Amino acid sequence: MLTRKVHVCNFIVLNLLLCSFALAQEGPGLGVPATPEQVAGWDISIDPEGENLPAGSGTVAQGEAIYDAQCFACHGQNGEGATNDRLAGGHGSLATANATKTVGSYWPYATTVFDYVRRAMPFSQPGTLSNDEVYALTAYLLNINGIVDETTVLNAETLPLIEMPNRDGFFWSAEVR
Amino acid sequence: MSDSDNPVDQIEAVAANGLLHRRAFLKTGTLLTAGATFLTAQAAPPELDAWSKVPGRPPEAYGNRSEYESDVVRLPGFSPPALGAGASRTPHGSLEGMITPGALHFERHHNGIPNINPDEHRLLIHGLVDRPLIFDLESLSRYPLVSRIQFLECSGNSRLLDADQPVDGTAQSIHGLLSCSEWTGVPLSILLDEAGVQTEGMWILAEGADSSLMTRSIPMSKVRDDAIIAIYQNGERLRPGNGYPMRLFLPGWEGNTSVKWLRRIKVTAGPTMTRDETSKYSDLRPDGSARLFSFQMGVKSIITSPSGQQTMRGPGLYQISGLAWTGAGRISRVEVSADGGRTWGEAELPGPVLSKALTRFRMPWRWNGGPALIQSRAYDETGAIQPTRTALISERGTQFNYHNHAIQTWLVSANGEVSNAYS
Ligand code: HEC
Repeated sequence: MLTRKVHVCNFIVLNLLLCSFALAQEGPGLGVPATPEQVAGWDISIDPEGENLPAGSGTVAQGEAIYDAQCFACHGQNGEGATNDRLAGGHGSLATANATKTVGSYWPYATTVFDYVRRAMPFSQPGTLSNDEVYALTAYLLNINGIVDETTVLNAETLPLIEMPNRDGFFWSAEVR
Repeated sequence: MSDSDNPVDQIEAVAANGLLHRRAFLKTGTLLTAGATFLTAQAAPPELDAWSKVPGRPPEAYGNRSEYESDVVRLPGFSPPALGAGASRTPHGSLEGMITPGALHFERHHNGIPNINPDEHRLLIHGLVDRPLIFDLESLSRYPLVSRIQFLECSGNSRLLDADQPVDGTAQSIHGLLSCSEWTGVPLSILLDEAGVQTEGMWILAEGADSSLMTRSIPMSKVRDDAIIAIYQNGERLRPGNGYPMRLFLPGWEGNTSVKWLRRIKVTAGPTMTRDETSKYSDLRPDGSARLFSFQMGVKSIITSPSGQQTMRGPGLYQISGLAWTGAGRISRVEVSADGGRTWGEAELPGPVLSKALTRFRMPWRWNGGPALIQSRAYDETGAIQPTRTALISERGTQFNYHNHAIQTWLVSANGEVSNAYS
C-alpha cells in the first residue's frame, strides 16, 4: 500500500509538469452549464471507495431469486457459466496453467460488481434493475464465491467494506506509476 | 538462359532464401519482365471489351465498390444469445497501403451498435471541474478540429498466437483487430479547460452510450498529450460501428480505451476501477499477479502478402508486403526473414511513415519453390524491437491474453500454400 502511494505521488508530479508545458488552446466556449440535477441523473459510476453508491439494500436470498429468473440462462446455475462468463469459482487457480478468472477469484473490488451489473446487465434489458435488486444480486454473487455469508445485507455502507480475495493481486503498469 | 544471363539473378541478395535488396524493383528496369508471368496470349482481351461498347451507369449518390470485389469483407464473430458482444476483423490479406476503408474498419462491441440520433445525443463533462458542461455534435463541430492518420488496435489482437499449436488462420482472423484511419476531432484538453479542471483531477472516466455503457479510466497526462473527441473518420462522419456520432480517440493506446459513442467524461482523482479495466483488459502473469493499465500498444509488424490461406502461383519474383506500427511513435526500421528468423534483410518503407500510424513495408523476394518460413520484425524510434514469440511467452506465459506483439511466422509450403506456423 505504501509503495502504491509513492507511485501515485510521482505520477502527480509528472502530470503537473506536462500540464504546465501544454500549449494553451482556445475554443468558442459552447459548453452549456449542467445543473446538479442533470449531473446526478447521468452519474452512475461507483469508485472503489463506494462514493456515489445509491440508497437501497438487498439480501443474498433476494439476489438468488433475481439471478435464477434473469441471469441463469447465460451464466449458469450458481454462476458456473453457460453461454457466457463464469461468475463463480476458480479460487487459487490464477497461478496455474488453467487460470479461471471470475468475480470471486479475480476481481479486486466489490464495488465494481454493483457498478457493472447496474449499467450492463441483464444483457438483453440493461438499465431495468432497481438499486435494491442490484444490491441483492451483488450479495448473491459474492455469496456463491464464498466472500460473504447468506445472512449478508448489502447497502451503501456495507458494500465498500468488503475485501475481495484477489485485492492485492494487481500491480499498475509502469506507464501510470 | 543461363543463370548469369537472367537479370533477376544479378540482384543483390540481402538475406538467405531469396530475399533481395529492398530497392531491387526500382533499380532494375527489366526485372518485372524477367519474373514469371501468368497472362497467356489466349487470355489477352480482344480489341474492345464489352464494357467499352455500351454506356455505363449514371453517377451514384453514395459509391459502391466493384461487384468483383464483393468478397473483400470483414469477418464478424459473435455467438447466441448475446449477439452484440462480438467483433469483426479487417481483411488485411486483401488490402494495400496504410488506410483502412471505413466499411472494413474492425469492430469490437460489448452490447451491439446503438442507433444514435445525433440531435439527441449529449456529452456531459463533470466531476472535479469548476463548471460541469454539456456539448452536442453541432457545438463540437465548431471547435478547432485536428486531423491525424493513426492506427487503432484492440489489445486482444493476435491473441491466437498464445495457442500451444499454430491455429489455421489468416492475416484477418489472427491480426484483424487492427485498422488505420484519418481521425478528425476536437482536442479533449480544450473542452476540459473550458470546464476548468481542479488540481486533484488526475484521471478521467470515459463512458459510452451503448447499452453496455462501457467505461474506462484514463490518466490526465494522456488527455493533455494527444486525446481527441473524434467526430469524422476518413473524411466522413464516424461509422456507427466505430462510435457515431462521437468517440474518444487515444492515439497508440489499446483500442478499448478509445471509448465509442461517448456520452460522459467525469474528472476524478484516481481510476474508477471499472469491470473493463480490472476483470478484462488486465494482463495475467504466470505467478498469478496481473498488470492493470497497460495502455500503450507495443512495436509490431505483420506480413499481409503472402499470408495465411493464400496460395503462391509457382516459383519466381514476389513482393512481400506488410504493416508495422507502434504506440510509441514512428517505425524506424522493418526487417524480413525467409528462413525462420536466422537471417534478416531490411525492408523498404515507401512512406508516409507517420507517428502512431500503420506503416507499409515491402521487400522483393525470389521464391525458389521450396518451403520457406517468412517473418517480419519491427523497430521503433525509441529503440524498441518486436520480440519473438518464444521471448514473449517466456516473459509473460500464455494467459496474459492482451498485448501480444510477437513476431509471427507464415510457412510457404512447396505447393505454394501459406499457413500460420511457429518457428
Ligand atoms: C443474454 C445473456 C445474458 C444474460 C441474461 C445476463 N448476462 Fe451477464 N454477461 C453476458 C455477456 C455477453 C457478458 C460479457 C459482455 C462483454 O462482452 O463485455 C456478461 C458479463 C457479465 C459479468 C462480467 C463477467 C466478467 O467476468 O467480467 C457479470 C458480473 C454479469 N454478466 C452478471 C450478470 C447478471 C447479474 C445478470 C442477471 C441480472 C446477467 N449477467 C444476465 C450475457 C448475459
